[in-house]
Amino acid sequence: MRSFVLAAAVGVAAALAAGNAFAGKDLDAIKARGALICGVPTGIAGFAAADSQGKWVGLDIDVCRAVSTAIFGESEKVKYVPLTSQQRFTALQSGEVDLLSNNTTVTLQRDTALGLDFTAITYYDGQGFLVPRKLGVKSAKELDGATICVAPGTTTELNLADYFRANKMTFKPVVIEKAEEIRAAFYAGRCDVYTTDVSSLAATRAANVPPPAKPEDFIILPEIISKEPLGPMVRHGDNQFADIIRWTQFAMLEAEEYGITSGNVDEMVKSENPTIKRILGVTPGMGKALGVDDRWVYNIIKQVGNYGESYDRHVGPHSLLKIDRGVNRLWTQGGLQYAPPIR
Amino acid sequence: MTDVMPAGERRQLAPPTVETGVFGWMRKNLFSSWGNGITTIVLIVVVAWILSNFLHWALFTATFDAKSGAECRGHGACWALIREKYRYIFFGSFPYEQHWRPLFAVIAMLAMLILSSDRRMWNKRLIAIWGIGSFITFLLMFGEISISISLILFMALAVGGLGMILRGSIAPPAELNGWRALAGIGAVGLVLRMVGVLPAWGLAIAPFSYVETGLWGGIPVTMILATYGLLFAFPFGILLALGRRSNLPLIKGLCVGFIELIRGVPLISLLIMASVMLPLFLPSGMNIDKFLRAQVAVILFAGAYIAEIIRGGLQSLPKGQFEAADAVGLNYVQKTTLIILPQALRVVIPPLINTFIGFFKDTSLVLIIGIFDFLNTANQALVDPNWAGFPGEVYLFAAFVYFCFCYSMSRYSKYLEIELNKGTRR
Repeated sequence: MRSFVLAAAVGVAAALAAGNAFAGKDLDAIKARGALICGVPTGIAGFAAADSQGKWVGLDIDVCRAVSTAIFGESEKVKYVPLTSQQRFTALQSGEVDLLSNNTTVTLQRDTALGLDFTAITYYDGQGFLVPRKLGVKSAKELDGATICVAPGTTTELNLADYFRANKMTFKPVVIEKAEEIRAAFYAGRCDVYTTDVSSLAATRAANVPPPAKPEDFIILPEIISKEPLGPMVRHGDNQFADIIRWTQFAMLEAEEYGITSGNVDEMVKSENPTIKRILGVTPGMGKALGVDDRWVYNIIKQVGNYGESYDRHVGPHSLLKIDRGVNRLWTQGGLQYAPPIR
Repeated sequence: MTDVMPAGERRQLAPPTVETGVFGWMRKNLFSSWGNGITTIVLIVVVAWILSNFLHWALFTATFDAKSGAECRGHGACWALIREKYRYIFFGSFPYEQHWRPLFAVIAMLAMLILSSDRRMWNKRLIAIWGIGSFITFLLMFGEISISISLILFMALAVGGLGMILRGSIAPPAELNGWRALAGIGAVGLVLRMVGVLPAWGLAIAPFSYVETGLWGGIPVTMILATYGLLFAFPFGILLALGRRSNLPLIKGLCVGFIELIRGVPLISLLIMASVMLPLFLPSGMNIDKFLRAQVAVILFAGAYIAEIIRGGLQSLPKGQFEAADAVGLNYVQKTTLIILPQALRVVIPPLINTFIGFFKDTSLVLIIGIFDFLNTANQALVDPNWAGFPGEVYLFAAFVYFCFCYSMSRYSKYLEIELNKGTRR
């Protein structure tokens, strides 16, 4: 009897394994095509936007470039397909794109019912508050009675109401539909506070401040009142491809943790630290296990940079958005970005 | 008429100087009464005030040269933004160093449109102009074009078949045999290709590097969507209009149903259907190019509207024209192409151009499905945080470009209206 159960289990396992096709069809298609097709947003400052020469740049774009580097050893073998938020999930489901790097918030429904999978979290966003510095407010807890500009019919509006109710405060909402108009209303002084996702607040502050005021005259309060974890998505059915995306993000985090940057990666290759040797493929095996070249991390760091470099370049201090690293710091610095070990 | 003056009447004098020249005109048209005089002055003051403020912003305090948007702040208009971004706004993400290709493609399309707006070209030359113009345009945009043998054979079959129908029983037998031979070669070739006797051969013309439609953007996208949308919608609309007047209930029902269905929904919903729903119905792994899907949606939409315009033209023809054509013994196709359509289309050309102007602007709706037409690339120029915060300048620039196109089309429509009605004017 026991042997029969065992045999049955083995049979079922084998059937499942065959069903889950290890050498994934999506990855095979990408390799045969010679390019990764990446679904990106249609223009969000710092995350995905075309520069003056029409080249896509941003944090979401770097995800695509890093995955391309892991698969092909070159960061530019990517075709970008700009997708609106209505289109993006069907575009991925129907196979129009291989990978969605589209500022998508991870939620249970999206992860399950849509037949899609999230891989890793590349950016922890959340709803925050933008206030003029002259208001003298240091914390959201001091906003009792404030007039607040908010977009209607979004979770943003609900989060705001929940937060104020939980803290036994009152507020006066100024509800405006279009982002451009909200920004104008805020700067014209029609409300004391503007609330939306922090990345968007930072873009507002960087770009739309009317003279003679300066971006520094406005501050984003430290309180974050909602969770908006953003991450790349893939279809169900090709676990190896999902693994590559997940570990590409982890590799960029690990590299930052061990101080490997695009500038010093060539010296780091000579490092005696066994962890660094494993990450950079000096000690082979990691790439092979993932099904990519053993020098995959070396290539990613050399061509795209580690997570911190990418962050600083597009949304951090080296960009105009100047978003505080906040919860996107490494876990070693008190943030949430934590990568499992590459070993 | 004679110049003899009746007795007792005084010689006519020239009118007083206050009633002629500039003053006379002003007095007659601007200050004919107290009320009109005040209205004139108020309006002049208002216009002058708006204009001076606008010029102050757009010209006198404007920044024309700056390294980034930050240098513009606190001054007037930031035209430096347009200077920095105009290539992106015009050509989108097309590879930067190859921007001459979309530039020449746009020039080719403009040349094609201008040439075909001349009435002397309205004959067989038109086919040559559009054939060569389209070939150049798409060769420049794609960089390479592969014409497969199946397509060539299909064209032979289609042209031969069309010739046989159009010229049946009115052409000399030699010409008719030529059409038959062409159609025969096409049909036999296609069968052989399907069976597998003929190899899958293609004529590849590839002078430049390949650029996929996903990278197209800006003015070429707007022009291609509008021009080819209308070009293909036109024959489609004619067929729909004829079908709607058909005596066969099935054809009539289908055409009426299609026209009413398409006219009953907004273009946006058609575009969303084409871009979001259609891929879900297709078998997995089969992808139709996003740009092509949008183009087809535009064609279907424009077809329904054009069909209704052409139906108006068909209904304006007196019944005698149809009866006379029948009496001469022409078949349906010949009657329609030789007698009915030339007269019906002449009537509807001005409203057709009006539709064209509308569609030229409507194509900007493709931005909701992530295609970067001219308005959308202008939008994108605002996203760059280095230059964000100057929507006025960008939209004014986009409006100016749209105006140039639409105004020239509207002038052309005016000219055509006069030109085509010469025969009926007294």
